[in-house]
Amino acid sequence: MILNDFSRRTFIKLSGVAAAGLGLSACGNSGSASSGSTESAGGAAASGDTFKVGGIGPVTGPAAIYGSATKYGAQVAVDEVNAAGKIKLELNWQDDEHDAEKSVNAYNNLKDWGMQILVGTTTTTPCVAVSTESNADRIFELTPSASSVNVLGGEDIGADNPRKDNVFQMCFTDPNQGTASAQYISQQKLGTNIAIIYNNADAYSTGIYQKFVDEAGALGLKIVSTTTFTDDQTDFSVQVGEAKKNKADLVFLPIYYTPASLILSEAKKQDYAPKFFGVDGMDGILDLEGFDKSLAEGVMLLTPFVATATDEATQSFDEAYKKASGADANPNQFAADAYDCVKAIAKAIEEAKIEPSMATPDMCDALIKQFTDASFSYEGLTGKSSWSTTGEVTKTPKGMVIENGIYMPLDKEETK
Amino acid sequence: MEQLKKMSASTRSTIITYGMVIVLFAVMQALSSAKVISSSTTGLLVPITAYVCLSISLNLVVGISGELSLGHAGFMSVGAFTGIVVASMLADTITLGWARLLVSMLIGGMFAGLAGFLVGVPVMRLHGDYLAIVTLAFGEIIKNLLNNLYVGFDAKGLHLSMKSAQALGMEGGKIIINGPQGAVGISKLSTFLFGFLLVLFTLTVVLNLINSRTGRAIMAVRDNRIAAESVGINTTKYRLIAFVVSAALAGMAGVLYGLNFSSIVPKKFDFNTSILILVFVVLGGMGNIRGGIIAAIVLTILPEKLRFIGDFRMLMYAIVLISVMLVTNNKTFQTKLGMLRERIRRRKDPDLDLVASRAGGDGNE
Repeated sequence: MILNDFSRRTFIKLSGVAAAGLGLSACGNSGSASSGSTESAGGAAASGDTFKVGGIGPVTGPAAIYGSATKYGAQVAVDEVNAAGKIKLELNWQDDEHDAEKSVNAYNNLKDWGMQILVGTTTTTPCVAVSTESNADRIFELTPSASSVNVLGGEDIGADNPRKDNVFQMCFTDPNQGTASAQYISQQKLGTNIAIIYNNADAYSTGIYQKFVDEAGALGLKIVSTTTFTDDQTDFSVQVGEAKKNKADLVFLPIYYTPASLILSEAKKQDYAPKFFGVDGMDGILDLEGFDKSLAEGVMLLTPFVATATDEATQSFDEAYKKASGADANPNQFAADAYDCVKAIAKAIEEAKIEPSMATPDMCDALIKQFTDASFSYEGLTGKSSWSTTGEVTKTPKGMVIENGIYMPLDKEETK
Repeated sequence: MEQLKKMSASTRSTIITYGMVIVLFAVMQALSSAKVISSSTTGLLVPITAYVCLSISLNLVVGISGELSLGHAGFMSVGAFTGIVVASMLADTITLGWARLLVSMLIGGMFAGLAGFLVGVPVMRLHGDYLAIVTLAFGEIIKNLLNNLYVGFDAKGLHLSMKSAQALGMEGGKIIINGPQGAVGISKLSTFLFGFLLVLFTLTVVLNLINSRTGRAIMAVRDNRIAAESVGINTTKYRLIAFVVSAALAGMAGVLYGLNFSSIVPKKFDFNTSILILVFVVLGGMGNIRGGIIAAIVLTILPEKLRFIGDFRMLMYAIVLISVMLVTNNKTFQTKLGMLRERIRRRKDPDLDLVASRAGGDGNE
């Protein structure tokens, strides 16, 4: 037969491939089992004393840093809630590679698992697609960090699609960040001639940029230079040069921290020292590997969470997060947002006396009612949050400035 | 059955391909309406049909015409965004979902074909790897253009801008494409049935083209351009035909894909997506339409079915790709497979291999 004269080499090659495959699937299995999720548990939980919380975020691919942060942040919160013993949560986190199609796939996977509540998705673009699905299926969704208004929907907040009433945000919406930044700059008189550098291939960045420009115009701030870049760009000499030429005294950077770090070092190279003002995407710049922290000296940003804060809640979260992620990196605001998402949901479940055995659509309605209740608020790592029927969160942004390599509050009133 | 055996190899292969697609559809449709399969599999059905169409259409360029195209996702995105604009504009005029999808698909396909024509005209006069380079650039250019494209629709009609959403000067109405934020609030018109019909349409177009006079001319140009030219074949024309047909079909698949999600962004149609489609074609065998279909189905399902192994799934995916490449190109494996096939054939019908060897040939399955 065919197998008779199978050469030794071919045999070794094939068994190598097979062994690699088997070995990997074995590791994978043990890995996911230890994180307390997946199939076998899926059947068991039908008994009905645990809430099945699904999570979606990119743990592989270019945006993996955000997805992993939210994953571990949520895990820390779930562990704490379970340890407290009032209710039981079970978290199943699925990867979406920061892609809408994969994210919908991940969502369907979680649905098969029996998800009752969704924490996610981490990034904006996939979240717009997934929230439409969860809206149709009536599954309550609270996203830690997808900040576009299209995630929530609703013409009154400037979205291009109708309101999805089951979706709520833990982070500020992009327009709110843009508007808040412009107001902050104007109130604190941080600058008069403003330059903006933003990523025009990115939904987050353009979203903030558009609202910032609108609000800046209304407040009489003068925008002297607007330059753009796209993903994977590493040379910012033109953009920084443009800002310098137009004598901007403040550069607004509604972008993520990786390009921001390059802009800062380019500014130093060109001997240009304006004030730099960032938004929550700037958070994490101090933890960037190989980044010279002295460059970030004096950079201002609006963020709801500071990992180096000295209060007890932040510090114990910091410790638990490092343990969960197995790395020494400080949690960023994505992790804190995901933590707060789970804790806020747990609080709502307790207050509204929701049972795990409830049908998912009923649970969704009960949670919506609880979240939009005027008396409901949640105090967590990112401040005191409450929600309106538009799905937007209300909390105070903290203005921070980087001094000696750590965040310091910009103005004294907000320190408490 | 007797008759099937007597047919030429290419006709038989065509019938098997159609049969496979129809049977797969019937089984999946039955399973999904009986709610036997999971919602994750149900959710994959429409994307799979779109990828199958893309794989078939790219096979026309890569396998049949012998050119390397690295910008197929570009044509897909032209189709997708045109289709979305058309579908939004017609939302009030045509209330029937499938009719609106059909119109969007035709117009989307036309625009993608036009884009293919514009790219193809200058490039098809060149020889060598230039097409690969230009299609690569085309994919990136389209992505960046769409990142800067703002389209709105109100009572006055369609507004276009390359600057910003504010520059549209809208009076009420709806912003359809909002630059890098893409299109949101798309009404999901795509269905599995329609996806299946598109696969059948794509198959019919491509298979008929291959087995026609034009198709033979295209393959002659692929095999030896100078020889083809010397017998009076206009090489530029035939290469262009294959390229434009392929682009138009990719555009139609793009419409199907775009209207299956509630939101879509230009970033989705990047180099990686082009390569993904190329992988379907290469893995299925260049010029082998049936292989391309199977590869598209398997490679779309695989990463989803590997979710249970957690973070290792992308690694597994790569290992599967590499092992398929190694095994199918292994000389020993090929000989054994050939022997096995021969044995089965001879046992069934001793005369058949005579017929098959006379009519058989590569690249026309």
